Amino acid sequence: MPHRTFFWFILPSLVAMALFIAFPLVSVVAQSLFVEHEQVLIESEVCDPFTGCRKELTVDAVATAQLREAQPLGRFNGLGTYTDLNHLAFAEVAEAWRTSEGLVDFGGQLMNLPFYKALAFTLTYTFVVTPLVIVLGLAIALGVNGLPKLFKGPTIFVSLLPMIVTPLIGSLILFWMIDARGIIGSSLQELTGDPNLSLKASPALTWLTLIVYGVWHSAPFGFIVFYAGLQTVPSETLEAAIVDGASRWERIRYVVIPHMAPLVVFVTLIQLMDNFRVFEPIVGFSAAANATSLSYFIYADLTDINARFGSAAATSVLTVIGVAILLAPVLVRTWRDFNRKRA
Amino acid sequence: MQFWKTTAAASALALLSGTTAMAACGIGAGNVTILGNDFPALQAVVAGAKACEGDGLTVEANLTTEHDKLQVAALTADPAQYSVKFVATSSIVPLLQNDLIRPLDELVAQYGQGLNPSQLIKIDGKVMAVAFMSNAQHLYYRSDILAQAGVEAPATYEDVLAAAQAIKDAGIMEHPVALNTMTGWNLAEEFVNMHLGMGGSFFEPGTAQPAINNETGVKTLEMLKALVGYSNPDYLTFDSNATQALWEAGELAMATMWGSRAGGILDGEGSTDAVVSATMLAGAPTVGGGATPATTLWWDGFVIAKNVSDEDAAASFQAMMAALSPENIAANNDAAVWLAPGYTPGPAAAGVIASARGGAQPYPMAPSMGLMHTALGNNISEYLQGSESAEQALADAEAAYVAAAKEAGFLN
Repeated sequence: MPHRTFFWFILPSLVAMALFIAFPLVSVVAQSLFVEHEQVLIESEVCDPFTGCRKELTVDAVATAQLREAQPLGRFNGLGTYTDLNHLAFAEVAEAWRTSEGLVDFGGQLMNLPFYKALAFTLTYTFVVTPLVIVLGLAIALGVNGLPKLFKGPTIFVSLLPMIVTPLIGSLILFWMIDARGIIGSSLQELTGDPNLSLKASPALTWLTLIVYGVWHSAPFGFIVFYAGLQTVPSETLEAAIVDGASRWERIRYVVIPHMAPLVVFVTLIQLMDNFRVFEPIVGFSAAANATSLSYFIYADLTDINARFGSAAATSVLTVIGVAILLAPVLVRTWRDFNRKRA
Repeated sequence: MQFWKTTAAASALALLSGTTAMAACGIGAGNVTILGNDFPALQAVVAGAKACEGDGLTVEANLTTEHDKLQVAALTADPAQYSVKFVATSSIVPLLQNDLIRPLDELVAQYGQGLNPSQLIKIDGKVMAVAFMSNAQHLYYRSDILAQAGVEAPATYEDVLAAAQAIKDAGIMEHPVALNTMTGWNLAEEFVNMHLGMGGSFFEPGTAQPAINNETGVKTLEMLKALVGYSNPDYLTFDSNATQALWEAGELAMATMWGSRAGGILDGEGSTDAVVSATMLAGAPTVGGGATPATTLWWDGFVIAKNVSDEDAAASFQAMMAALSPENIAANNDAAVWLAPGYTPGPAAAGVIASARGGAQPYPMAPSMGLMHTALGNNISEYLQGSESAEQALADAEAAYVAAAKEAGFLN
């Protein structure tokens, strides 16, 4: 294709990408370098129905508006937002490193900082859910593929349900079931004989619940991709393997899985990205006390009564960097494979 | 507490003059658009305003629990998306900060003669909002269960602990107590209530510097931890809906809940007669030898957006006055603890009124209180769960507050 034709061909996509990807990214990075204006505080007399009048600190709206007029983006803070307590917390980490007695103590102090606490949960969630989704998705796909034709349709539909249900609704349903008065929660109390057992109270059990939910919700995605892949496995190779006396397991191990390898890479990529941005279940399970994620911080910053755009933007940029680091090994590998094939 | 007296006097007046029903509100043309929280009392106010529609007057409302997240953006637009915003003690603060609402003195002088003077929220002498109802968390208890356990109705939180232990010892209930202790806003509100009851404050006087990491703060946390020790282990997920459901299911003997829930609890829907008839409403208990009830008083009211035309502002104010007429208030008497004329305090108001008479403090209106509230809500649950000391939890909350206050421009 001549370069000129190619250019015109790709132009609409380029414009869309610039508009919907590049521009927002640039604006988020710019926003993250600024914080809100200084609030000019003055003493005012405040009267309400309960105590009559009293002196309270208020914001001088006019003076603050003038500051805003002068600098519409806010105060320039450079990378200050990135390094403060609510983000990378450099000062606090350094302090913890100096004062801690041993690595365990340092880890404990690190887990007291919101960003690292969230990162610990997010990474655990990502690295437990992703492999489980792949294994479980493949298992379901193989199972469904072996079913008689009559049952395939209904089984596929039922298997996809967890993905069809809106994440928030799905997590709320499970949340009510694991309530101390719900069906799973009270059954567990009955089984263990511990009336104080609560899946919502202890951090470990909350993590477990969220991970179980994550696998339940995402496994259908793995399943449907692998099921589609299974339809393309060459039947000659499989038949040849049967003639050679390969067992069902050997056929899966040496024929099906190698054939599906590119799909595994695809599912891994998507799942790493999705799971790193875990958000809905944290809201649905009211789990913020025990498990938070970077996405949850962005939500909290923006929905606070004093919305903090700079802080939310900084967390967004850190999330993008986190996703990039996670995906890098997979992408590098894919790139090498691509180059090898081309060579 | 003089406002209860004026309320009573005004309602008597209203009864005398209340026969002149205003069928048409006589407002004239204009657009009234309302944004606010979603609960029965506000729905009643909106219905009252909608009754004025016609003759070129349109009334539209968006009542949503997400109102706080929309308000600044919606009122910053010019013209503003809404002419009326229902606010509470805390949600008015960002609107004041951003200079998005207009002084109401002229409108009050022209159309608001019927208001009680105590309803006018004044800042530096200018009326910025008109309050029409009040709310506070207070004690609910089950007289039958307390009698069965042989304890008196508690007057202090120390009494609540003793009564809870007695109920537990008698084998009546394993988890007799509940507060709205869901991590985040609710839990922080319990801290605020208890901390003020202990005589504490949140900031260094005259500044936005935090002042909670001290002996009072530790005592506050210890009391909260002792209380949740008698709560169902799921207590970190208890919001108002959860505690109300537990109460209606008859699984609680004592609970600190919002006054605005009393109507729903006493109406008997979703509960049994045995529970409803034994449900008693009392003022919030005192704590730590303090004299004032450990709760905060909240008002709900309305403000008028700055970025709307004067005509729409006048129409909006008049529509609100029509909606808050003594007749409408009387017709919705038990939906809230009204501050507006026409109200006769009913049984559902007993807890709020007792708390106010006891001298409970209003929720702090300091501009950075919202950030303090958020920081508390995110940092004290670890102490309650036992994974951190009280001092550490308070230090974390202060540090989180300082970081957020710097990002928001309150501290340098």
